[in-house]
Amino acid sequence: MTTPEQTEHTEETTGHGDISVGVAGSGDSSASATRITPGNALRPEDIALEVRTGLVKPSEDVAEYALRLGDDALILAQRLGHWISRAPELEEDVALGNIALDQLGHARSFLTYAGGAWEKSEDELAYFRREHEFRSAHLFEQPNGDFAVTIARQFVVSYYQFELYRRLTESTDATLAAIAAKAVKEVDYHRDHSAQWIIRLAQGTEVSREKMIHGLKLVWPYVAELFADDELTTRLADAGAAVEPSSLKADFDRLTGEILAEAELEVPETPAAPGGGRRGKHSEHLGYILAEMQVLAREHPGASW
Amino acid sequence: MSPHGNPEVPASSAGDVESSAAKVPAGPAGPASADSGSTSSVSTSSTSPTPDRSVWPLWEVFVRSSRGLSHVHAGSLHAPDAAMALRNARDLYTRRNEGVSIWVVPADAIAASDPDAKGSFFESPQGKDYRHATYYTKSEGVKHL
Amino acid sequence: MAAQNLQSVPDQPAVPGRDEADEQARLEAEGQAYFDKVMAEDSRIEPKDWMPAAYRKTLLRQISQHAHSEIIGMQPEANWISRAPSLKRKAILMAKVQDEAGHGLYLYSAAETLGQSRDKMMDDLIAGKARYSSIFNYPALTWADMGAIGWLVDGAAICNQVPLCRASYGPYGRAMVRICKEESFHQRQGFEILLELSNGTPAQKQMAQDAVNRWYAPALMMFGPPDDDSPNSKQSMAWNIKRFSNDELRSRFVGMMVEQVRVLGLTLPDSEVRFNEETKKWEHGPLDWEEFKEVLAGRGPCNAQRLERRREAHDDGAWVREAAAAYAAKQARKHAEKEFAA
Repeated sequence: MTTPEQTEHTEETTGHGDISVGVAGSGDSSASATRITPGNALRPEDIALEVRTGLVKPSEDVAEYALRLGDDALILAQRLGHWISRAPELEEDVALGNIALDQLGHARSFLTYAGGAWEKSEDELAYFRREHEFRSAHLFEQPNGDFAVTIARQFVVSYYQFELYRRLTESTDATLAAIAAKAVKEVDYHRDHSAQWIIRLAQGTEVSREKMIHGLKLVWPYVAELFADDELTTRLADAGAAVEPSSLKADFDRLTGEILAEAELEVPETPAAPGGGRRGKHSEHLGYILAEMQVLAREHPGASW
Repeated sequence: MSPHGNPEVPASSAGDVESSAAKVPAGPAGPASADSGSTSSVSTSSTSPTPDRSVWPLWEVFVRSSRGLSHVHAGSLHAPDAAMALRNARDLYTRRNEGVSIWVVPADAIAASDPDAKGSFFESPQGKDYRHATYYTKSEGVKHL
Repeated sequence: MAAQNLQSVPDQPAVPGRDEADEQARLEAEGQAYFDKVMAEDSRIEPKDWMPAAYRKTLLRQISQHAHSEIIGMQPEANWISRAPSLKRKAILMAKVQDEAGHGLYLYSAAETLGQSRDKMMDDLIAGKARYSSIFNYPALTWADMGAIGWLVDGAAICNQVPLCRASYGPYGRAMVRICKEESFHQRQGFEILLELSNGTPAQKQMAQDAVNRWYAPALMMFGPPDDDSPNSKQSMAWNIKRFSNDELRSRFVGMMVEQVRVLGLTLPDSEVRFNEETKKWEHGPLDWEEFKEVLAGRGPCNAQRLERRREAHDDGAWVREAAAAYAAKQARKHAEKEFAA
């Protein structure tokens, strides 16, 4: 997987150079703490280009698998996006926004790649599939609830995704490996963010501890589905392209257990929900999510934005 | 409003423009550093009770834009403790690759020189040209000097 | 107590006696002389410098209003994040609204150096005691509004903000430098949204034109009342906070929009836009300043809704902020006990 070289120094200008001295002429503009660059990393656009030019094309199995991971990230990004302008403090608006943007980036990469098998774009997959065609697990569809519920969901998601992406970087499928290599670093930070909050909410006030315990109870039934193997994952794991979800469980349990222990919290003993998202059987929530997400695109089929 | 103050004593805070402000002792706080991985609690602010239990103290953020350069003051933010201040700083001040390392410092741990001591505090170096190479003109033209 | 800052306000003296009053008068005069010199040299005032009370008050009002505008301004756009019609647009919009939270933060920090805590400013905002840019009290009705807000509203904001990078108050200028850098993409993404719509289906083009029609006049009014009805402008210009008059900036903005709307293939809803060869300035049709005042006074379409949403977020978050503060206090206590034991 290649990424195009990008120039290091792309000092931004405002496009309003005619008004006064502007940014460039101002005293602080050379201060190093404000130098901004787009960086150099794998972008969904790079994958789209490789798919379009026929450089990469996923097998049907790999596409189906990428669809699962893409849908997980997309639905979560849709949920998290709601927090921007509603977080407990402005700093947290920004933090949750970053996590949502990371997830959306992963979703776009996986969906773009998956679409290569069926000549569909990321947007055709996101906006014009019906509910039963989505492959997200139930956990990602769970409502935001209060901040503790969102943190509980994010805690489970990020520890799961970290173990998954960490192993996927060694996938025999070069594109999956490349997407995972970018994603694993970002998800590592999501782990840290959620762990910090788990500890603070659990050991902050009595109110916050109660809410944290409640939040974990609400999301825990959906943990099991994340680690369920099926024929597709077994086939792909045998081929070295993917990993068996069940193989992630031990590390997930150990690492989440450490944080929960530090927070003096018990692993919730709630019975597991049956799941079914990977087969297109969803919770009651997904329909609403899709209705909102897809409404405008579907009003204007074929339009470009 | 007196413009005077002791440069050895850190600036005091003011809850409101009009109200008088109490002195805050200079705590033994060191900077929390993102590149050393240290997130030990250095919050001195927790010793000064806030009127509202939900108000987080102020932190100053310093960003190193690339290896080999100094940390530069980037701005401020609010956070409950050093660990969260570092993370908030990462989320807020490095959204566009601005840095490779971050320091956060409790704002009330910074001692600042008195702005009105400009005359006396910074007068001494004025006019001491002999501290600068340009003062020595007789050696002009001599190689490797 | 919360507004402790690296660049903090000067110490307040104890209640002065008679001799001290004389001394203070002398210091005031010295401070004023230094302040005047800084203004004359077009240099910068820093937080711990002496400054006239009115200068501090004006700045505090302006910077906090600016911060509030960023925070309230997130709402009309945040409402469209969930419905953005493509994943690329969703990512762009998310990043933009998130940037606005950051910009509010930078500005609150600058205001805090003047001695007002962010918490107090937030309380004033929620209580309806503070003002913010009245344009955010208009609803964002269609996707094209994301384009019009980016192009017209951010465009007008940038015209206002670029000169503010040179504002005489150091922390304000520095905040504006950072904000202007980051906002350079905000206007462009808005322009691109409109361009795509304009080149799209007839329904899309109609949507774009309708949005431009609705946002044009409010955007022009963002520059503030006409110069002869703007009593504070003169003082702000003398203090090097404001660099150009409201009408001057508005006229430049109209000139830029005239050019750009042609590229968009759309029109401005103003038949009286023209370049005055004599004054060398762009002129526009009459603006409804009565409506402006009504919206500013709280009688706009969305005032109550915007404040309620901010209040709700603030109130809902109180237990989280309390929890984190309580945890920090506990940790600090543990840390102190450990040190004491050792």
